[in-house]
Amino acid sequence: MGLLDFFKKIEPDKQKSGFLHTLYDGFFTFMFVPNSRPKNAVHVHDHTDLKRTMIFVVYALIPLYIFGMYNVGHQHYLAAGEMTGLTEGLGAKFLYGAMKVLPIYVISMVVGLGIEFYFAYKKGHGIEEGYLVTGALIPLIMPASIPYWILILAVVFAVVLGKEAFGGTGMNVVNIALLARVFVFFAYPGSISGDTVWVDGVDGYAGATPLGLAPDGWQAVLQHYTPEQMWWGTIPGSIGETSKPLIILGALFLLLSRIASWRIMLGGVIGMVLMGLIFNAWGATPYMNIPWYYHFYMGSFLFAIAFMATDPVTAASTNKGKWIYGLLIGAFGLIIRVFNPAYPEGWMLAILLINVFAPLMDYFVLQSNMKKRLKSA
Amino acid sequence: MSIAFLSTNLPFLLVAVFGTMFPVLSYVVYGLIGLLALLYIGSIFSQKKPTVSGAGKNVKVLKKGFDIPVKGTPQGEVLAAQTTKFAIQPKNFPYIFPIPKVTVAVGDHVDVGDILFYDRDHPKVKFATPVSGKVVDIHRGAKRSIAEIIIEADGRQTHRDVKSINLDAISREDLVDFLAENGVWPMINQRPYDVIPELDAVPRDIFVTTFDTAPLAPDAAKVVAGKEVAFQKGLDVLRKLTSGKVHLGLDGRVAKVSSAFSDATGVEKHWFAGFHPAGNVGVQIHHTAPIKNGEDVVWTLGVQEVCSIGSLVDGQKYDASRVVAIGGNKVDKPRYVQTYMGANIGELLAGDGHGRIISGDMLTGEKKERGEFLNYFDDQITVIDEGDYYEMFGWAIPTKKTPTVSRTYLKGMFPSTKPMDIDANYHGEKRAFVLTGEYERMLPMDIYPQHLMKAIIAADYEKMEGLGIHELSEEDIALCEFACTSKQPLQKILRQGLTELYSE
Repeated sequence: MGLLDFFKKIEPDKQKSGFLHTLYDGFFTFMFVPNSRPKNAVHVHDHTDLKRTMIFVVYALIPLYIFGMYNVGHQHYLAAGEMTGLTEGLGAKFLYGAMKVLPIYVISMVVGLGIEFYFAYKKGHGIEEGYLVTGALIPLIMPASIPYWILILAVVFAVVLGKEAFGGTGMNVVNIALLARVFVFFAYPGSISGDTVWVDGVDGYAGATPLGLAPDGWQAVLQHYTPEQMWWGTIPGSIGETSKPLIILGALFLLLSRIASWRIMLGGVIGMVLMGLIFNAWGATPYMNIPWYYHFYMGSFLFAIAFMATDPVTAASTNKGKWIYGLLIGAFGLIIRVFNPAYPEGWMLAILLINVFAPLMDYFVLQSNMKKRLKSA
Repeated sequence: MSIAFLSTNLPFLLVAVFGTMFPVLSYVVYGLIGLLALLYIGSIFSQKKPTVSGAGKNVKVLKKGFDIPVKGTPQGEVLAAQTTKFAIQPKNFPYIFPIPKVTVAVGDHVDVGDILFYDRDHPKVKFATPVSGKVVDIHRGAKRSIAEIIIEADGRQTHRDVKSINLDAISREDLVDFLAENGVWPMINQRPYDVIPELDAVPRDIFVTTFDTAPLAPDAAKVVAGKEVAFQKGLDVLRKLTSGKVHLGLDGRVAKVSSAFSDATGVEKHWFAGFHPAGNVGVQIHHTAPIKNGEDVVWTLGVQEVCSIGSLVDGQKYDASRVVAIGGNKVDKPRYVQTYMGANIGELLAGDGHGRIISGDMLTGEKKERGEFLNYFDDQITVIDEGDYYEMFGWAIPTKKTPTVSRTYLKGMFPSTKPMDIDANYHGEKRAFVLTGEYERMLPMDIYPQHLMKAIIAADYEKMEGLGIHELSEEDIALCEFACTSKQPLQKILRQGLTELYSE
């Protein structure tokens, strides 16, 4: 194989240029699955590996990227009052969106992977693939108008403090992508909340998201957006979280390949529906009176429960724990959303909160397993 | 929220979902969603269920696990093998004194059953030669330990004299001494830890599994054929050794098992059906009478070992004859051969087998060269592809003709039992534990393997014991290691944990 020989020839020296070798190794193993074999049992290994697993999550996100690019352009032209039809000027809208979204993606990847490469080199490990997914998720939960320097700060903060400080891929306690968002949310709230940030490129245009309108009740939302618009996602919002059918498509893909846990997803949906029903029955504020099923239309519940909550590293790791974890995320997210309009996206905070408690859920599940064994002794 | 409320809103909802906002896009997206949903439902229904065939029997069905479909299942009659060299390897026993006392010298003539060496820590536990002939070599390993004692068979199989005993009258102590003196004691395995049992220890129960679900494992009916009497006698001996019961694990997957097993008397029979590792004795113990802690000692034996003990008592001779299955996708003629314990692998293969040679099965065996010998307990040689290749964009290829449990392959979604090629390539690199729930699907026991592994790595003894490390042996989690996305060496980690607890 010519290509293989070429790659083997250009391998840098590990001693002399360690960082370069780490880079090379990362790239080489991306091109070729190495020929390494176990010395002893087990002699056979399944064909899957972590690279494949991570890439499959990225596959699931690709439709969201494509639609996100279109929608960024669409919202821009809509605000400017040009080409207001959905399919008018598709090319122009898509191009505009791509010019906004791609730099964000590139920055997220370059900064995040750069840090990852550096730590891999320092620790003498191979490069772990976790950031491929994190780096693809971060742009999807940012507004297209996010200033690049804030984005860079957020990525550095999340990767260094959220991940590397805990020991790298597989060791982090909270979801890295959400940590990046929450950093922006609290450090630079003006760039990620309010009414003016969601439509890119038109100064001062107030493009409130449905969540921004919802405290005044469902009718207030309907005055601006139809449920159909919210379902398909032609509304202002973060880049990748608006289109519900495409999120469902990605979620199904993850369920099918068994990368995401159906227990967490189903638990989350049940948790949210239950909480929504309770609020509907209570009905003290206009927000509580919003029918429970419309909460699926507004905001990023589906995105959060499909892609954020199911991160296997930060989720509960026992099957029973996953149910509880999903239920609590669904319920807590809606509580935060409805009770605290200052934090319109409840699930970001709910997932980070429940991430921290996930080990506790596992602890109780494991304790009951241990008790059973010790009791019979 | 009332029904009326829903009925006024439902049309509204439906329009939102099935509206004509994006005519083409919506067809495509919903089409794809439908396709994935169909695949998902299909994959749920296409999951293989274990075959159960045991009319009227109380079969315990274990749904978790996986039978790796590999080419090269051994078939046909048991053939005679031209084997001249045999070896007994002290290194097969993990915790015996590394330099045993060797009682023979190079050039000595030995009869079948003559003692080759004994454990210095337990001088009564003796190891016998399976063949008569000449001691030709004593190989030393690291730090002057004895690696193997090699005997060249003379083909006459002259037996050393074994005194006759009356099983009904003999005391337990005398019986134990008799077994140890004649070299069959090391054939008994003690759980937990997988060690040779102490002579004065009385096990709570003794477990014998009569079927092996490991890939390409020998068919127990072929192994026991002609030794039915010895097998029953062996069970009778075992019954005298335990204060509890002798439990026999039987194959509930097939319609008929050998009458040696189904008609065995004086034992408690348990029928199991399921994928590998349902035939593992550890799994069977878990579902019969679980091991509770490090002091809760049970013994386990394989079919051939029970036969050896039986023929020692019944026929007054040490009989370590073994039926060995030779299989794997790199074997031209997968077959059964008749030989003795510790046979030379090269001679057994007789020119066959071009690839990685493994003594034992591909999940738990040891890699060997042609000049080396079968391990003490092994009744199987597996030869598979070495897998020395680089695979371009291996992580992206949608499907492959390879045994897999990963749903990222179509083969994993819709599993087939058609035998396939397999190789020893890692197919990836070692990573931290990331995915969860993978191991649980491969182990039909109420155990959390991943948390146990983490407890072992963290040396948290209390948690290790609580999470059931004493119930496990390497063979039980071997399948988890096969399925592991992060390529973690689970068997090694488990053994490390067991060693730490054992040496405490």
